Amino acid sequence: MSQIHVSTTINGDQTEYLCEAEETLLDVLRDRLGMTGTKEGCGTGDCGACSVTLDGRLVCSCLVLGAEAEGRSVGTIEGVADGDKLHPLQKKFLEHAALQCGVCTPGFLVAAKALLEQNNDPSEEEVRYWLAGNLCRCTGYDKIIRAVLDTAQEMRSA
Amino acid sequence: MRYEAPRTLDQAVELLSAEAGLARVLAGGTDLLVQLRSERIEPDLIVDIKRIDGMQAITAERGGYRVGAAVSGAELGEHEGLTSLWTGVVEAANLIGSTQVQGRATMVGNLCNASPAADAVPALIAAGALVAIVGPNGRREIPVEAMVVSPGRNALEKGEIVESLYLPARAERSGDAYLRFIPRTEMDIAVVSAGVALTLDESGRVSAARVGLGAVAPRPLLVEAAADAIVGTTLDEAALDALAAAASAACDPIDDKRGTIEYRIDVAGVLAKRAANIAYKRAGGSR
Repeated sequence: MSQIHVSTTINGDQTEYLCEAEETLLDVLRDRLGMTGTKEGCGTGDCGACSVTLDGRLVCSCLVLGAEAEGRSVGTIEGVADGDKLHPLQKKFLEHAALQCGVCTPGFLVAAKALLEQNNDPSEEEVRYWLAGNLCRCTGYDKIIRAVLDTAQEMRSA
Repeated sequence: MRYEAPRTLDQAVELLSAEAGLARVLAGGTDLLVQLRSERIEPDLIVDIKRIDGMQAITAERGGYRVGAAVSGAELGEHEGLTSLWTGVVEAANLIGSTQVQGRATMVGNLCNASPAADAVPALIAAGALVAIVGPNGRREIPVEAMVVSPGRNALEKGEIVESLYLPARAERSGDAYLRFIPRTEMDIAVVSAGVALTLDESGRVSAARVGLGAVAPRPLLVEAAADAIVGTTLDEAALDALAAAASAACDPIDDKRGTIEYRIDVAGVLAKRAANIAYKRAGGSR
């Protein structure tokens, strides 16, 4: 079976790749494009480690086929920082020590960024519900929630 | 495996009809991709319907709404008209999975996946939703309760595809609600679930009702006896008890790690009562 040719936009850059029909967007990002910031956790949409945005909508890239990205716009963790300048969420994650092993962190950052883009003043409950699909086995979540709330406050007053 | 993303429904039907092997429709993919990965199914053809016009649209029609087969849960929740008309249906669909899953998962996919515990389905049954199906022999509409045949099996024939769900107009003083029991606060499979839709007359009596139950039988149930138990009443204690008894009597559940037969039968009555109370309040009723 011949491979599928896909033209898409990733973090604002026009990108083309070939993939197999059954290949997920996660596999394409990691194995074909070398964008290994997006992590594979469960591979079944339960853990959120592979979170990306697809046309601005937060999704698990393990539950998207690579072929589906044709003509769409994909946002990954590699597009969160502005060059060497960290995104406020990334700074606050470091400041609050909101990570330990770090495997879940890219997913949390992509998900939290998507939240703050649509709600710049979320309650703690809203943050917890929004991030309920991102699993972390190290931190106990509290520092992550605090980092997101602190970022929201800082971005509002900026 | 081949991947196709046709631009029209006719092309989709043609592709599905012509495929000699196993074909699957891809909308949100939140069930399909999990099945692919686990090799539970190995399709020869995947037909992605998201490039077809209208599949991602919510359209006002005859006082109700037509919801395209590829509309995600997140899009449902953001639609003010649909959310205010069929609050319980949207709440049920929005209970499925995480934010990430809501960005992709569809009500039609939830229905076609044909799980007895599907969250959207009892609410859709209570709502009297219709399923619009297109296939090699044209278009047909069936009631949503006829769609799930048995666990994992739906009523689609070879080459057929669901185009949309129709959620009907509502009389004044109507409300609906959906409740499920899970042992945690979110992101779990229903142990028992109940959807209730009702309409009140000017004196505050229930003039029409529909009750749907999930996870208590091989397929989601429309329980007419439970609806009959509250029609003509003001949803007083006796009516609620009769509703609960009728809901429990309709159950034919399994024992599994999430709940026993006895537990499911009992909780079905409790949830039906509570959902009816919420629907009653939403319809403007007060006791």
